[in-house]
Amino acid sequence: MLPAITNNEREESNTVTELRIRTYGAAVAEKEAAALATKSKSKHNYKKMTMSPKEYQSFAKTMEPPRSILGNCVKAFVFGGAVCVLGQVIQELYVHLMGMSEEAASNPTVATLILISVILTCLGVYDKIAQWAGAGSAVPVTGFANSMCSAALEHRSEGLVLGVGANMFKLAGSVIVFGTVAAFFVGIAHLILGTGGQ
Amino acid sequence: MLRGKQTWWFENRPVIIGEATVVGPDEGDGPLAADFDLVHPELDMQQKSWEKAERLLIEQASEFAIQNAGIERDQLQFFIGGDLMNQIISNSFAARSLGVPYIGVFGACSTSMETLALASMLINSGAANHVLAGTCSHNCTAEKQFRYPTEYGSQKPPTAQFTVTGAGAAVIANKGEGPVVECATVGKVIDLGITDPFNMGAAMAPAAVDTIQAHFNDTGRSPGDYDLIVTGDLAGVGHPIAKELLLKNGVPMNDTVFGDCGLMVYDVQRQKVQAGGSGCGCSAVVTYGHLLKRIKKGELKRILVVATGALLSPLSFQQGESIPCIAHAVAICAKGG
Repeated sequence: MLPAITNNEREESNTVTELRIRTYGAAVAEKEAAALATKSKSKHNYKKMTMSPKEYQSFAKTMEPPRSILGNCVKAFVFGGAVCVLGQVIQELYVHLMGMSEEAASNPTVATLILISVILTCLGVYDKIAQWAGAGSAVPVTGFANSMCSAALEHRSEGLVLGVGANMFKLAGSVIVFGTVAAFFVGIAHLILGTGGQ
Repeated sequence: MLRGKQTWWFENRPVIIGEATVVGPDEGDGPLAADFDLVHPELDMQQKSWEKAERLLIEQASEFAIQNAGIERDQLQFFIGGDLMNQIISNSFAARSLGVPYIGVFGACSTSMETLALASMLINSGAANHVLAGTCSHNCTAEKQFRYPTEYGSQKPPTAQFTVTGAGAAVIANKGEGPVVECATVGKVIDLGITDPFNMGAAMAPAAVDTIQAHFNDTGRSPGDYDLIVTGDLAGVGHPIAKELLLKNGVPMNDTVFGDCGLMVYDVQRQKVQAGGSGCGCSAVVTYGHLLKRIKKGELKRILVVATGALLSPLSFQQGESIPCIAHAVAICAKGG
């Protein structure tokens, strides 16, 4: 709590200000002050903000533009689904044109999707797609590739080792860490339930 | 000099004798394009890094401002500048090539008016005859430092703002032709606990309200004394909040035109900038590019520019701290106004 300013103190500070105006004075200040005094006759004193931080936060919340959850879900589903369909098409091409087995075709399929994502990132298109598609562009393998490629591009100016090398996993790193941790716990759950390890 | 609690009254009437603005492609595509001295068609401006591009902006703006003022570089006594980069590298490095005694300041996006207020104060007190005040920001350096890599695909919420790529600089002098800096109100740091860095407008609005009220209390003026009052970069979310808070506190904001630089610099409906513009460059290019031209044309007599800044760092918000904000107000009027 700030100590309340007493009337005496307020008066004192007022006279100090006046004194200062007079000493720096010249005729200009005097004239200005006079002009000002006639312009706004009643000296107002607007009160301080009376809202508590809690009240303000909930008030600010009501002023936020609405964000359509349903619309975003639909867009994410459409775009994410389209990426999966594209992946399936690529896989079929590998199977039928190159005579691969379905299992053998999955690795080159993922590599192709990553390549497409990296090219789109380098052309400056992927971030614009993501603004529309939301989670649809973040979840599939293309989103992971984008996170690494964009970080590598951004930090190229700091050199290959300390820039690209050190920053490439800046965003993707946490996916790998938590992916590994999650796999560890899922593995333990399988062990306990006796469902894993074919 | 001091009037009221936190306002400097400049009785020697410092004059803005020359100013200049340099912007990037998105601002050049906006409604104020014709008011800028130079529009770069590319974000990288043929530089090797975003940081170098940002530095180029302030270097060019300073150069043009000195030219427009019609003075020589060695007539400048001081350069006051600041920006959003860590250790304010853009301005400090620009000061290296400028070769003028330099005062570096940081006030986040409020830097534009912070530097103008300090420069006017130096002129008013007789500490200098010519002072250059400038600031800059670049969309990509801000994205890189505060958010994600520029090409990273993440969906921004509608409350997010788009950092302006641009720089504004002005030469303030003790005599000459041009708009006059009347007074400046230095703001307090206000924090009402907003933690979302994608909603800076809401975080900064209370700081703007506090400074505007302090300005009226200190000067005895009311909103009707100004033809235009603009906030720096509250944009689509923060600006209505500020207006509502001011009206709630009994400040008659309807007596004047109350705008926001973040909403003026872009066509918010057409350009994909979410809530509007932000950054040090936002209020700088709108004030020095657009508003001063309108004052010179006689369309505006007296304006109040309230530049707002969010004083967060990437570290502080990752550690869950709320966003402290500040606002500085400067009143500018036509000569003889």
